[in-house]
Amino acid sequence: MYAEAVGDIIARHPEPDGQVAAILEDIQKKYRHLPEEALHIVAEKLGLPLPQLYGVATFYTGFSLSPKGEHVVCVCHGTTCHVKGAKLLSEHLEKEFGVKAGQTTADGAFTLEVVRCLGCCSLAPVVSVDGKTYGGVKRGQVPELLADWKGGR
Amino acid sequence: MYMTINGTSVPIRGETTVLEVAKREGIWIPTLCHHPGLAPYGACRLCTVEVTAGGKPGLTASCTLPVMDGLVVLTDSPRVLEVRKMLVQLLLAGAPEAPAVRELAGRLGVNKALFPLVAAGDQFPGCILCGLCVRVCENIGVGAIGFAFRGSSRKVTPPFGKPAAACAGCQACANVCPTGAVKFRRSEGRLLGEPWQADLMMANCASCGQPTVPEPLVEYANRKAGSPVGEHLCPSCRRHKAAEGMV
Amino acid sequence: MATEAVGLKNLEQQGLRTLYPGKTKISVGMATCGRAAGAEAVYRLFQEEIAGRNLDIALNATGCLGFCQQEPLVLVQSPGGPRFVYGRVDQKLVLQVLEGLVNGNLPDDSLLIRVYEDDVLVTGEKIILTEHPAEASMLAQIPFYGSQVKVATRNCGYIDPASIAEYAARGGYRALQQALRLKPDQIIAEVAGSGLRGRGGGGFPTGEKWAFTRKAHGQTKYVICNADEGDPGAYMDRSILEGDPHSVLEGMVIGGYAVGARTGIIYVRAEYPLAVTTIQEAIRQAEQHGFLGANILDSGFDFHIKVVKGQGAFVCGEETALISAIEGRMGDPRPRPPFPAEQGLWGKPTCVNNVETWVNVPPIVMLGSQWFTAMGTASSKGTKVFSLVGDIQNNGLVEVPMGTTLRRIVYEIGGGTGYFDLKAVQTGGPSGGCIPAEIIDIPVDYEALARVGTIMGSGGMVVMDERTCMVDVARFFLGFTNDESCGKCLPCREGTRQMLDILNRVCAGEAEMQDLTLLEQLAGAVRDTSLCGLGQTAPSPVLSTLKYFRDEYEAHIRDHFCPAGVCPDLFQLTIDPEACQGCTRCAKVCPQGAISGAKGEKFSLDQGKCTRCRACIGVCRHWAVKVVPREVQP
Repeated sequence: MYAEAVGDIIARHPEPDGQVAAILEDIQKKYRHLPEEALHIVAEKLGLPLPQLYGVATFYTGFSLSPKGEHVVCVCHGTTCHVKGAKLLSEHLEKEFGVKAGQTTADGAFTLEVVRCLGCCSLAPVVSVDGKTYGGVKRGQVPELLADWKGGR
Repeated sequence: MYMTINGTSVPIRGETTVLEVAKREGIWIPTLCHHPGLAPYGACRLCTVEVTAGGKPGLTASCTLPVMDGLVVLTDSPRVLEVRKMLVQLLLAGAPEAPAVRELAGRLGVNKALFPLVAAGDQFPGCILCGLCVRVCENIGVGAIGFAFRGSSRKVTPPFGKPAAACAGCQACANVCPTGAVKFRRSEGRLLGEPWQADLMMANCASCGQPTVPEPLVEYANRKAGSPVGEHLCPSCRRHKAAEGMV
Repeated sequence: MATEAVGLKNLEQQGLRTLYPGKTKISVGMATCGRAAGAEAVYRLFQEEIAGRNLDIALNATGCLGFCQQEPLVLVQSPGGPRFVYGRVDQKLVLQVLEGLVNGNLPDDSLLIRVYEDDVLVTGEKIILTEHPAEASMLAQIPFYGSQVKVATRNCGYIDPASIAEYAARGGYRALQQALRLKPDQIIAEVAGSGLRGRGGGGFPTGEKWAFTRKAHGQTKYVICNADEGDPGAYMDRSILEGDPHSVLEGMVIGGYAVGARTGIIYVRAEYPLAVTTIQEAIRQAEQHGFLGANILDSGFDFHIKVVKGQGAFVCGEETALISAIEGRMGDPRPRPPFPAEQGLWGKPTCVNNVETWVNVPPIVMLGSQWFTAMGTASSKGTKVFSLVGDIQNNGLVEVPMGTTLRRIVYEIGGGTGYFDLKAVQTGGPSGGCIPAEIIDIPVDYEALARVGTIMGSGGMVVMDERTCMVDVARFFLGFTNDESCGKCLPCREGTRQMLDILNRVCAGEAEMQDLTLLEQLAGAVRDTSLCGLGQTAPSPVLSTLKYFRDEYEAHIRDHFCPAGVCPDLFQLTIDPEACQGCTRCAKVCPQGAISGAKGEKFSLDQGKCTRCRACIGVCRHWAVKVVPREVQP
């Protein structure tokens, strides 16, 4: 099931520098996670020990072994955002979604995550959804934003 | 070339690290993640010593400290003893039952645990994450286990937490484990590797028919040798055969 | 040689034509901060209106001018006039600006500064936009820009980052041209002579690092740009990558030539998608024009740059962990020695430098080491870009000469902390310590900061006012380092866990005084035995806050009280009837409706409804909302 797609991805990254991370990133983008079988294929094709790939897959926060939701909602917990109420905002979103940070809603629509710093400190607290940054997010705005996000991009 | 350890000038005779020189001189420096057959890893930090002259002053791990002409090192300075005890305290919080840890604590005069026990989490009991099992498995060329996850969640595991499919049953991991957390045992003609959920068929002795050696290990040996290694005999039968050959 | 010189000249001319197009030009700040503030909508509206009204106006995107607080920033330039810089631009202002352009009367609303001339640092040229009084240089009109000296950020906000021509028009790639005519050792000598030190935090003399790499044995060498900027609150590197990508490339090619490397790698966080695409596009353009690739500018020197993305691990900002990551492994740091300059990527000599370090190279080559050493202090030469964030009026990125006092940065450039008093400034992110308000006159350089128990780090400066609990700050940072620890070495992995545990207990009112002693001892051990910089500096926030704010820790432990009113279990709020003026502001802002009272009368707070969010404290101007110990133990 994964052999062809993974093969294509590997073919797109022939150079050794950063090859593993780039290949895994493409697989993560395509399947919204790193399927076990896909990692087996990468190990075999690149001649790398499977434990090494498993280590990489579990070390970096950008990779996930279980499927992420259609939309990834990242709440910034950098220093400034922390001071400006990121924790309360996160807790509020956890209630809204019914999941804890790091988890995905049952319908697979949203994954709620915490990220360490998006570098938009003057707009704290900051939330990034599918790569789009929202600044100065107040709890009162959440319902409206949720509708925005559910509406899709 | 000479260096000074604990006030005594000692020659450097081809060693590359301060730990090696100390060992040669019979100076005790505690280690847990060190193995003479493997490249230094620098994870347990127990071998920390104090450099006072001839190099960057301060504390550093002696297993990765290159020898240098004129280097002056103290292996038991008050500061070194202080941090060493703290490191053992951290070990006690994670693996209080491990004999190696208890022995070290005893030797350093650490009698009372200062930290609450750390919840085992996903780690198997007794593992101190020294990495010896992983390193030796990689070194031997099997690579059935590895590190996964990060920070406090870090653990040693076969990929995906599933039974170690690549395990050859050589038991080098159990052999090098300083806490005995890695255990293999025989059970009804099979070899079971505890933390890796390895379950291996044993090949039988060509002479007495007893289970002798894990099958994957035979395959590994054949692969390394390039051709079948020949009939396998259990140690007892092998001795008999050798003895017969001498008569 | 002649052919490539003409190429660069043509490119410069091309760039000048778009920088100064002889008609009105509008630039919108479209870096990440700008976009997060709504710059895309502003840009689109300009686009639609310009087309709809058939106006002959050039519109383009530009990088970060540093005044992030004021995003979206828009620059309006008409021939013969100054460049108007507007801040906090919204739909209404877009329309006003366009009206103003048509009727010759640009709005004064939200006008930050007028720029009368452009200084081109690397060529020394001055382009006068319009006659003006001598004192009215851009950098002197408002305190935010006063005292700033733009070296690393020289082009950010001036050029369209997608235009290599505009980069060339501001002297770009001339340093490369010059460098390729020199011998590598001459370049290394110039960089060494400049006193440039690693801007990523290590502060290691760059010239020395280059010399080591050059001296190292081997045909294959690498230069790496460390763009894994992970300190929360620091985003200087991202700004430079998004605003002036070619300056990074130019610095790296010069560095590669100097140390003898043919491959450069930019390791940039995947969390910076705009920076990634911007730098990738710049690489394509540079290759197209012969500044990268084979036989650069006919010199016989080949150099290629590729981008590798960091997939999410703060520890990969540490150079050996970064190298592990590029090699396809977990980001585990490696013991040093051997240093990467001897044995780095794939075992080859590798020179790793931070983004800001690389962009300082072209000006040093063009203007000479003495120009650089004229700025800064005895030990710390040149300038530094800081991200000034937190409880500060003027939030943003500032570049100042080393040695500028913290007082000047916070009060002059930053405009002070507003209504609440300054408590401390955190520098160096999770690896640094705090500077209490009492020693605010400290000059900012590597050594002075180290002497007071902190570091410069990558340049993050988080300003904290009196509403901050320093114990909570230490806990926040320990939470971060514990989470980001790679887990390889015992002291960092277990030590940060135990330190965090103690801090959690302190903040919950469950700690004893002996825990403080243990915390300090443990912190020292982690600092002195950890394998890499992450573990070695993780205890810094703890040790620093213990040094300057020990009384706060003791209040948490002895009195079960958080004086700053942050740790939820250790305080409650009350309205002091003597101070309350009945202005109603607190009641209006309370999200729980916990405050009640009639205007002009004393207000009161219902503990049952209060969630201690402190919104009331934020608006009270009579010091009537007081932080007091909890009456009921949790």
